[in-house]
Amino acid sequence: MTPLLHVDKMTHYFGGLRAVHNYNLSVGPNQIVGLIGPNGAGKTTVFNLITGVYTPTEGRITLENENILGLETNEIAAKGLGRTFQNLALWRHMNVLDHIKMAHYSQLSYGLFDAFFNTGKCRKQEAKAEENAYRLLELFDIKRHADQLVTSLSYGAQRRVEMARAMATNPKVLFLDEPTAGMTPDELIQMIKIIRQVHQDFGVAIFLIEHRMKFVMELCQHIQTLVFGEVIAEGPPEEIQNNPQVIEAYLGKEDLT
Amino acid sequence: MKIVQSIKKFLSNIPVAGWLLGILAAVLIEYFWGYDYISDYLGLPKIPVLFGAILMLKDPVMIPGVLAYDLVVYVLPVCIVGKASAFFTNPLAGAMEKLPLWISVLIHLCCFYGILSLWAGINDYRVLVVKLTLISIILTISINVINGYQGEFSCSHPGFMAVGAYVSSVITLFLFTNDKIFGAALLPPALGPWLFPFALVIGGIAAAVASLLVAIPSFRTRGDYLAIISLAFMFIVKSAVENINVIGGARGMGGQPDLAPLHVIFIWTMLCIWVVHNFVTSIMGKALNAVRDDEAASESMTVKTRKTKMTAFMFGAFWAGIAGGLFAHVLTYINPGMFSINRLAEILAMVYFGGLNSIVGSIVGAVSINILGEALRPLELFKWIIIPLILIFVMIFRPYGLISFKEINAGKLLAAKKNK
Repeated sequence: MTPLLHVDKMTHYFGGLRAVHNYNLSVGPNQIVGLIGPNGAGKTTVFNLITGVYTPTEGRITLENENILGLETNEIAAKGLGRTFQNLALWRHMNVLDHIKMAHYSQLSYGLFDAFFNTGKCRKQEAKAEENAYRLLELFDIKRHADQLVTSLSYGAQRRVEMARAMATNPKVLFLDEPTAGMTPDELIQMIKIIRQVHQDFGVAIFLIEHRMKFVMELCQHIQTLVFGEVIAEGPPEEIQNNPQVIEAYLGKEDLT
Repeated sequence: MKIVQSIKKFLSNIPVAGWLLGILAAVLIEYFWGYDYISDYLGLPKIPVLFGAILMLKDPVMIPGVLAYDLVVYVLPVCIVGKASAFFTNPLAGAMEKLPLWISVLIHLCCFYGILSLWAGINDYRVLVVKLTLISIILTISINVINGYQGEFSCSHPGFMAVGAYVSSVITLFLFTNDKIFGAALLPPALGPWLFPFALVIGGIAAAVASLLVAIPSFRTRGDYLAIISLAFMFIVKSAVENINVIGGARGMGGQPDLAPLHVIFIWTMLCIWVVHNFVTSIMGKALNAVRDDEAASESMTVKTRKTKMTAFMFGAFWAGIAGGLFAHVLTYINPGMFSINRLAEILAMVYFGGLNSIVGSIVGAVSINILGEALRPLELFKWIIIPLILIFVMIFRPYGLISFKEINAGKLLAAKKNK
């Protein structure tokens, strides 16, 4: 099985601080990989490095055997890395429908002059984006909020908007940064359902950061544990759960919820 | 309050076409009887130019007369004719709904222009006020693209305007007039009106290119720092113009051919509204809002943030340049002092008063600040106390301006109103 996303020996320094060291990752098609680790381990930094927010000091990153290192974030996203954010990053003055439509940006091929004069080409592509947006809204059960501003939605609904928006970019690998942060247990169960559904319906590979062990153990086929920027253990969930190093570094300090 | 509500309810079934008819009636009454009968009978020296505000402020004894004039000439005819004609304007509006939207919009606009030019034609002062107000609308909408939709605080608008004004003036002076500096006319002046749009567009493009000086720093800085850069840009343009003697330096440049009659400015204003509306309602244009609200999220959602910022600046500056060109050809004289901090204050007042992120808001802001500025002229210094005070109150009660984050839906606006 050739990996979809491959990260090879990635290292990053913030000034003198070594944030990530010798990090390797391969995500195969349709696989769910989890990244766990205590606070400050560098999980979000790993995300930001792969998605192009920062450029790694060393290493290689390929998506479908194509180098994506050094590209701009929007180019990497257009190539097929969708993501959500740890602290919701929605556009506060925009309604839900526009969020999903906006994520079609790279799929539009009309130029500025088409937009200025509202040409047929522009209208056609926008209509297509809107149709697709409604389909996604329905799938994520937020169609009834289509005209509302995101700030007026509940936290769980905002999370779903973010997921739908990420899916609208047509990702090959979906990056989820703590998808259940701040959720109630009910919402948590719903989120698991949604992620499963996305995974099945879209056949997308998922790479996620998560704190809640129950969530990770249930969803992921492969788990990495990151401590101080280094992977100390990786493997299938059962193995990680019983790995003494992981327990010491991470699980031992926290309740198994 | 109950009275206001019942008046509102009474007038609620009048479609836009009905209002236009009412206004037409008012304007006709003023046109035929305004001077001979009404203002004479009410003891007014002449037809009140801007609803009599200037007369009232100059001579408080006139207040009852002016109010009576406004009531008799404007308020009553508009309401009565509007209401009385609702029985046939509603079906008319209904019939027009079946036409393609652009035809019905065009019909309404033509009627509106006819009424406007009839109203303004009563004296030259009104024409000038209407022209400058229309130019202000273009300016306000164009700064709204940068300060509202894109959310950068840019202070460089007078600079963009100056670039547009000077470039298009140089072109028209060079081509159509016998000028001391630029020599004899190259083309017959009769071609002027036809080639004027090109001169304006070149002015606009020059302004758009100049705006890159502010747009490129905006990739890395935001907020206050960008405001300072843009302010610097404005002063750079001003002092550059002051020091170029070919275009008149600080003395200014005059003698532009009068190529901007009311209908030309009206057409450009409507074109501006249409194009900007198209842009900001497209996904490409909404990317401006996305970048404003969360840049990192926009990048991750495949939005090209740099291109978006650059587009916002260049697009806004282009229209500012057009407005500048029209401005130069209305006054047929420009000097660098016109494009300085006072102009900036005026533009910012219009956009923040009217409302960010909204074209209707911009129109409301531009019209009200312009009319207010003219109406309060007799108060001289106090004008600059009253207008800022109004602005402060707007900012307290509506921090984003009167009408913000709203777009007009032309179809809904022009539709027939149902009887309740």
